[in-house]
Amino acid sequence: MAPIAPRSGDAIFANVERVNAELFTLTYGAIVRQLLTDLEEVDEVNKQLDQMGYNIGIRLIDEFLAKSNVSRCNDFRETTDVIAKVGFKMFLGVAASVTNWDADGTCCSIVLEDNPLVDFVELPDNCQGLYYCNILSGVIRGALDMVSMKTEVTWLRDVLRGDDVFELQVKLLKHVPEEYPYKDDE
Amino acid sequence: MIGVGKIKQYSNVLDKPLTKGKQEVSLSAFAFLFSELVQYNQTQVDNIGELERRLEDAGYAVGARVLELLCHRDKGNRRETRLLGILSFVHSTVWKVLFGKVADSLEKGTEHEDEYMISEKELLVNKFISIPKDMGTFNCGAFVAGIVRGVLDGAGFPAVVTAHFVPMEGQQRPRTTILIKFAEEVLRREARLG
Repeated sequence: MAPIAPRSGDAIFANVERVNAELFTLTYGAIVRQLLTDLEEVDEVNKQLDQMGYNIGIRLIDEFLAKSNVSRCNDFRETTDVIAKVGFKMFLGVAASVTNWDADGTCCSIVLEDNPLVDFVELPDNCQGLYYCNILSGVIRGALDMVSMKTEVTWLRDVLRGDDVFELQVKLLKHVPEEYPYKDDE
Repeated sequence: MIGVGKIKQYSNVLDKPLTKGKQEVSLSAFAFLFSELVQYNQTQVDNIGELERRLEDAGYAVGARVLELLCHRDKGNRRETRLLGILSFVHSTVWKVLFGKVADSLEKGTEHEDEYMISEKELLVNKFISIPKDMGTFNCGAFVAGIVRGVLDGAGFPAVVTAHFVPMEGQQRPRTTILIKFAEEVLRREARLG
């Protein structure tokens, strides 16, 4: 059977079930507010958001691979390209772009102009250290972890802090070879 | 600096034009997010009552904001003053905007004057959730109950809102009913308005 060609982000997004982005935005806002009330420290909230994102990412990757039919990516460039063009479009309905490749091809930036998580949001003065969309960095980190790539994801630019776009820096730390839970010869 | 470059910088979020509300995200993105909300709250509480209360509080915040948004955008800043008016607003407009369809049914309680029920065959938030047996009657619809309570409270109709599973014959999954019990003052006011 011939392999099925990978589908574009738009095509997949048109085929999945969708919900109103405002419900999504408001629910995320409720989560961040709950965390701020419980944890009180902005750094703790950032860490917790990242952890929640990680939990989502490790499950999201399965759905992503199932729905998008992408073949194995040959290198990190392709991987981040696929994340930006297909991944973001498929789940959040927004297009992202990849820029700022460094010399060895292990570090790049994903730029988001539109972000459904931050509609209606303004950071108050006492929360200026908060990375409101930190859940996204956790999702990317978790998803890539499950396909044997250890990465570090940080925020370079954040609209809520006064910049004009969202910029995430994705840095490949290393490839982790797949471990089998049993010995071959037993 | 404002107005430079392709994207206009708004110094105040209130100056930004209001979105039309047509943007969508995938259902799975919302489902993942909701599951994290529930999982996080499970670590913070010891019993089911607390868990339901926390989900309801999260929903309350959503409801209050949804009311503001919809009143401004869709209703031209008109306020509902009658009970049936606000109930049909919740049942049709709010449900349509949040879940993409109107609620399955709106009924008046037969036993008590102050009870109304909105029923749904399968709540969107419960779509991918299964409740383990040891959690008894816990219903993640408490989040939706919170949304309804937020809308009603913001509109001036204080009520106690809860979510219940109602088993239906011939169907594998039980129906969900959002039970709304209005406060005394609401009924008195409604009677006065005739």
